[in-house]
Amino acid sequence: MQNTFAYFLDQLINGLTLGSIYGLIAIGYTMVYGIIGMINFAHGEIFMIGAFISIITFLILGLAGITWVPLALLIVLIAAMMLTSVYGWALERVAYRPLRGSPRLAALITAIGMSIFFQNYVQLLQSARNKPMQPVISGGVEVMREGDYVVSLGYMQGIIMVLTIVLMAIFSLMIARTTLGRAQRACEQDRDMAALIGVNVDRTISLTFVIGATLASVAGMMFLLYYGVIDFFIGFLAGIKAFTAAVLGGIGSLPGAMLGGLLIGLIEAFWSGYFTVEYKDVAAFSILVLVLIFRPTGLLGKPDIEKV
Amino acid sequence: MAAKTSASPAGRPFDRQAMLKEAGATGLVIFALAFGLLGFRTLDVPGGIDIQYRFGDVAAAVAIGIVGRIALILLRERRPLPVLLTAPPLAVVLLVVLLSKFLFGPETGAELMRFLPFESLVVMWAILIVIVVLGLRAARVHTHMTSVMTAEERDARMDRIGAKVQRAARLLGPLLLGIAVVFPFLPFADRRLLDIGILVVTYIMLGWGLNIVVGLAGLLDLGYVAFYAVGAYSFALLATGLDVSFWVALPFAGLMAATAGVLLGFPVLRLRGDYLAIVTLGFGEMIRIILLNWYEFTNGPDGISGIPRPSFFGLALFKRNVADGHAFHELFGLEFTPIHRIIFLFYLILALALVVNIFTMRIRKLPVGRAWEALREDETACRSLGINPRNTKLTAFGIGAMFGGFAGSFFATRQGFISPESFTFIESAVILAIVVLGGFGSQIGVVIAAILLIGLPEFFRELQQYRMLAFGMAMVLIMIWRPAGLLAHREPTIRLFGKGRAKEAEP
Amino acid sequence: MSAETAVAQGATSLDLAGPIPGGGEVRLTVEHLTMRFGGLVAIDDVSFQAADGRITAIIGPNGAGKTTVFNCLTGFYKPTVGRLALHHPKGEFLLERIEGFRTAQDAGVARTFQNIRLFPRMTVLENLIVAQHNKLMRASGYTVFGLLGLKRYREAEEKAVELARYWLDRTLLTKAADQEAGNLPYGDQRRLEVARAMCTEPVLLCLDEPAAGLNPRESQLLNQLLMFIRDEHKMGILLIEHDMSVVMGISDHIVVLDYGRKISDGTPEQVRSDPAVIRAYLGEDEDEEPVGETAAGQESAAREGDERDA
Repeated sequence: MQNTFAYFLDQLINGLTLGSIYGLIAIGYTMVYGIIGMINFAHGEIFMIGAFISIITFLILGLAGITWVPLALLIVLIAAMMLTSVYGWALERVAYRPLRGSPRLAALITAIGMSIFFQNYVQLLQSARNKPMQPVISGGVEVMREGDYVVSLGYMQGIIMVLTIVLMAIFSLMIARTTLGRAQRACEQDRDMAALIGVNVDRTISLTFVIGATLASVAGMMFLLYYGVIDFFIGFLAGIKAFTAAVLGGIGSLPGAMLGGLLIGLIEAFWSGYFTVEYKDVAAFSILVLVLIFRPTGLLGKPDIEKV
Repeated sequence: MAAKTSASPAGRPFDRQAMLKEAGATGLVIFALAFGLLGFRTLDVPGGIDIQYRFGDVAAAVAIGIVGRIALILLRERRPLPVLLTAPPLAVVLLVVLLSKFLFGPETGAELMRFLPFESLVVMWAILIVIVVLGLRAARVHTHMTSVMTAEERDARMDRIGAKVQRAARLLGPLLLGIAVVFPFLPFADRRLLDIGILVVTYIMLGWGLNIVVGLAGLLDLGYVAFYAVGAYSFALLATGLDVSFWVALPFAGLMAATAGVLLGFPVLRLRGDYLAIVTLGFGEMIRIILLNWYEFTNGPDGISGIPRPSFFGLALFKRNVADGHAFHELFGLEFTPIHRIIFLFYLILALALVVNIFTMRIRKLPVGRAWEALREDETACRSLGINPRNTKLTAFGIGAMFGGFAGSFFATRQGFISPESFTFIESAVILAIVVLGGFGSQIGVVIAAILLIGLPEFFRELQQYRMLAFGMAMVLIMIWRPAGLLAHREPTIRLFGKGRAKEAEP
Repeated sequence: MSAETAVAQGATSLDLAGPIPGGGEVRLTVEHLTMRFGGLVAIDDVSFQAADGRITAIIGPNGAGKTTVFNCLTGFYKPTVGRLALHHPKGEFLLERIEGFRTAQDAGVARTFQNIRLFPRMTVLENLIVAQHNKLMRASGYTVFGLLGLKRYREAEEKAVELARYWLDRTLLTKAADQEAGNLPYGDQRRLEVARAMCTEPVLLCLDEPAAGLNPRESQLLNQLLMFIRDEHKMGILLIEHDMSVVMGISDHIVVLDYGRKISDGTPEQVRSDPAVIRAYLGEDEDEEPVGETAAGQESAAREGDERDA
């Protein structure tokens, strides 16, 4: 069965779905890295918080009797984006801004501290158990049939991919065309100079975190819908994989993050499909190590010449 | 409220409206943060989850946030009086309520406690501490008319405190050691206390081991627990599979961990600091996943059980009846009690920890130790002086890993059972938190931090739930407040004048 | 020499057969050194020689590729093309084949940096002891003897302290020996960096703008130090410098780079009057003071503040 085309197609669909989620999270890593040069280790937890806010909103909507799926989805999406983005903003304001300009490792330790904090905050408030949710959207279209083996593209998977593409398009336009995008690129190049020519650096950085958190919250919602179960620990693995994606694509590069996300999703899906499910996380970590050793600039990153 | 601008004592105009605006914004942010996760709780019920409302908590959080923000603004604007007047009574009232159980008996206590905004007593105690701190700061502002020290002043002051602690450690160290040595024979040292003692010393040892890597060599290792795991599993497999005794398996386990450190470190140690951190984290997780899935070898999630306990230096066993050989209590003509083994374990880990400490103190003054510190300061300059960065880092990584491996073997023999669950990232984070809190490179700092972070929550069970939360918060606050670490102070390894050769500054 | 021939000479490599301007035994021969970063040519076919017991200055406007030359020599970059021969008492070293820390360890090429790179939280003395790392490492039996506290290591350490003491005395830093290096005044840090480089006991000393940011008195102290090293230790010193008073005052031989090419090579007098040099520094059409005046030098020193080679 493993050598049929149908099986391959199935893994491809799974991989692209998973890759979309990773890609959306990876953008947050890459943007923050681009603008302030730090690994926002707590970004995975923002994703997790997004998933939790989504599940809570779904439950409230269920109690309130709003069961028309498109409306419910829209409300959840908006609520998750709005509330999670505040977490992103607060994270930067409280934990990272006071550390701007201090050594990388100090910033990284802070980020790890925030990550631990968020995990335990959610665990304390929402308990450590798995949080299951009934599937909201089921069914799909049959793509191919080979003997008994049916390959179908779930509506859920379709929605995830389409939503990702739409968000990416909006987001790319925003970076390319708006003042905010220009300010962001200016800050990436030279923060002091940007400040001198009147870019509000603080606000630009804050907004970067807000955008990153918004995208991560969407990823969180997708994760919830796709897997149907979340817990307070999902941010850790998803975060590391998304970071791997960002590094693979070339950290600092936005198309790179998306590409890296898709690749990591595909690698994970194919690895699980053709080798062993157990070691799928090892595969992701190995890629991270290999990329960092052999091509630290990633696929689309710019080379970084050492200045002495 | 009408906009009223009055001059503050410092001569700066004070804008009350701006203050309220700022506080209002804080309230709004806290509301947004709290609304989703604090206001609604998912309840685990059979077959799914239910939801519970807790808007009271949200309101309380917002109110506390606004009041706290106003207090901070007042301090910043050098108008400490309102804070100075409100903080002490508030603190006293809160303290009385919190202690009402003891003061007025359980019933009245329970009655009074109902007025507290949060159910959790730990949170209330934390709020009380914040109020006290605010009050003290207000007093300081009031008397000194300065609200903020510059970062340099603060750093210099903390460095002096760190130096004082280290100087005190010259006396305190032997004293602590003395206490530790007699500890098992103190009248109140029951089994539970001894267990806590063993745990604390294990973390002290791990902290000292990691301190070589992070504190001296400046390599942020987020996967330290991997070497702990390698040591534990090497030991367990040797002891259960090949029947090797503790005293042979211990050095071997350390060697295995060191080898793992060198093998993992070799390809990645040239990476820049933050990348290295993430890669070591990846390694830590990889090793855990491998342990979890390699059934033939590690027995997967079930772990390895029946790991033999250490013997008394191969001479006698800590058992009631020994078929061949001696039993410890018979050898010394004592009554049998299981506590003998616990006491022995305590001394064992104490000795191991001391080895790490003495080793660290000595190696700091050797070329390789100085090169570690130099690498931490400036790798490029090191290369220009002909120092091989990779080998130097590898030694630090390998030695740190070796000590982790020793601690791992001890863990395995103490527990008698190990499974991958004991070696998660959280464990690495705890060890790192100990090093960070203690101050990079500070040996006594690690001791204090381990007692605080490991010992206290063991005593006060209710704290345990909040332990990791507090760790996370402490890491952030310390990095903001003093990135070098709380008690960090660096004693020169060699002097030209004065004290002649640099004295051993720490225990 | 006419302007045309000077430019032509810059384009091709100079004839190295003749004696070195400024005299002395050859210590370093650089031939056809070229360094490219992607499409950018940072150094284009540069050849020159440097002598023992002489100070050879490399000068040139912003982005001329001076620091890149240093980075190639000291193992930080691997040159694209070129032969960098160091005539060492132990034999000839081809520096382009040695990379990284080995340049300092094996070939004995020491350097300082444009923006000072000390070990700021270690003391002055420790900085100088770290510089003697390899020697002490061997003496400590790669740590084993040292851990055992053997006499052999202790003696070696005492000798290392003596050497450090010698350079502390020469750099007037003895009193500050137990202070953190990062707390020293700027001028002292510059001299300490030179002392640290000397503690590696090199055969060639490369100084990247050692006088940048110094006040006249500190600059004077540095000049004396460099002349002491040259005259008493018979060392070859390679110097990148902008402060023309330093360059003209102490150099025996000057190499001028512009846009990665060598445009002039000779004694200070020859270079001072070379029209190609004047043009490079002052531009084609402007009619300003000639090079050699301190004002022009310092102005370009300010501009050079953040020279980027890549």
